Amino acid sequence: MSGVDTGTIFALTGAVLIGIGVYGLLVRGHMLRRLIAFNVMSSGIFLMFGATGARGPAAAPDPVPQALIITGLVVALAATALVVALLLRYAQITGRAALSEDMPGEDDPA
Amino acid sequence: MIESVFDILLCALIVGVALAAVLGPRLFSSVVFFIVYGLFLSVAWTHLGAFDVALAEAAIGAGLTGVLLVAAVSRLDRLGVKEPAPAPPVARVTSALAAGGLSGALVLALWSLDPDGTGLAPVVEANLHASGVRNPVTAVLLNFRAYDTLIESVVLLVALVGVWSIADERHWGGEPGLRQHARPDGVLATFGRLLPPLGLLVGVYIVWTGTDDPGGAFQGGTILAAVWLLLAMAGLSDAPAITRRRLRLAVIAGPGVFLAVAAAGAVGGGFLVLPTEYAKPLIQEIEAGLALSIAATLALLVLGPPQRGPR
Repeated sequence: MSGVDTGTIFALTGAVLIGIGVYGLLVRGHMLRRLIAFNVMSSGIFLMFGATGARGPAAAPDPVPQALIITGLVVALAATALVVALLLRYAQITGRAALSEDMPGEDDPA
Repeated sequence: MIESVFDILLCALIVGVALAAVLGPRLFSSVVFFIVYGLFLSVAWTHLGAFDVALAEAAIGAGLTGVLLVAAVSRLDRLGVKEPAPAPPVARVTSALAAGGLSGALVLALWSLDPDGTGLAPVVEANLHASGVRNPVTAVLLNFRAYDTLIESVVLLVALVGVWSIADERHWGGEPGLRQHARPDGVLATFGRLLPPLGLLVGVYIVWTGTDDPGGAFQGGTILAAVWLLLAMAGLSDAPAITRRRLRLAVIAGPGVFLAVAAAGAVGGGFLVLPTEYAKPLIQEIEAGLALSIAATLALLVLGPPQRGPR
């Protein structure tokens, strides 16, 4: 790799963001927090993907990743909205925001 | 040199805000940090020269996702839902190791890429003249890789059907979300009267200019969705019942126009083939339909399943 340019710095940041998101997905029981972590992870993937296409001396970043990222952003919002609707309904019915197997020491209400 | 200092500062801010969003002790502040995170990412995209993505990130990633999450936090508060116990230390350590390992592997993968790889930019550049538009991102979205965009517009529709199907049976066919009330002289109601004309203008302009400059149906449609949401949240215009025919037409207009143009192309050269001499008006037609559907669908996704009525 020839020197560290702007695209590379942001691509590396994307890799770090993916790690932060995955960590949140693994340790957070609250489903809304998992959703935030999922979104941090997905924007990390976008940043790594898009910034990789912006390395080197080219004036403008590669348009193909840009188009795919815009598509991805919209799909991520659609998935987020579906999860929010599901988790609010779940919380309404059970009074909880975490799945039962994620709550150590607490059994399903009989 | 100064350039890379700015890069590193911005990246440090992004990572710091992402950590605060994921690890923050209070749910509401996590959501606020997530919105700030989206805005910083939008600055990053601008800095990288990806203006189309910057617009989309600010409008969709920070804006609409933020509204959705803030609304979810307040609903959970009202339901009296408590935070579950934090994960045990062993789980936190192993998870941190796994996540760190993943980031490390990704960095290695990045390092192994061909530094002189040109990607697909030259191919897009060479064929841009045949696409009918001057913005290479729009050329990819609506011509070279139009399949992705067509299927994406259907994915939005499917997500909306999914959200609606979560409705309580009593409210099927009713109005989405709860009825909103705002003080008539309050900030929200004032902005609800001031901003929509400006938002409409900016939204339509961004859809229109997308063929040649950064912008397009997704960014503009999201701004139009935000205008509608603002009106609904300020209590100035109630959301219509989900069974309204006009609403259903608005939601399917985009995929409908897109499919019609794609099928018409099948007569000429093949499914989704746009003849160069008609490509620009056809793309504008698809973008107009998509902007309407994206605006309606995204706003309805944020408003959520029907929770009132039907009368």
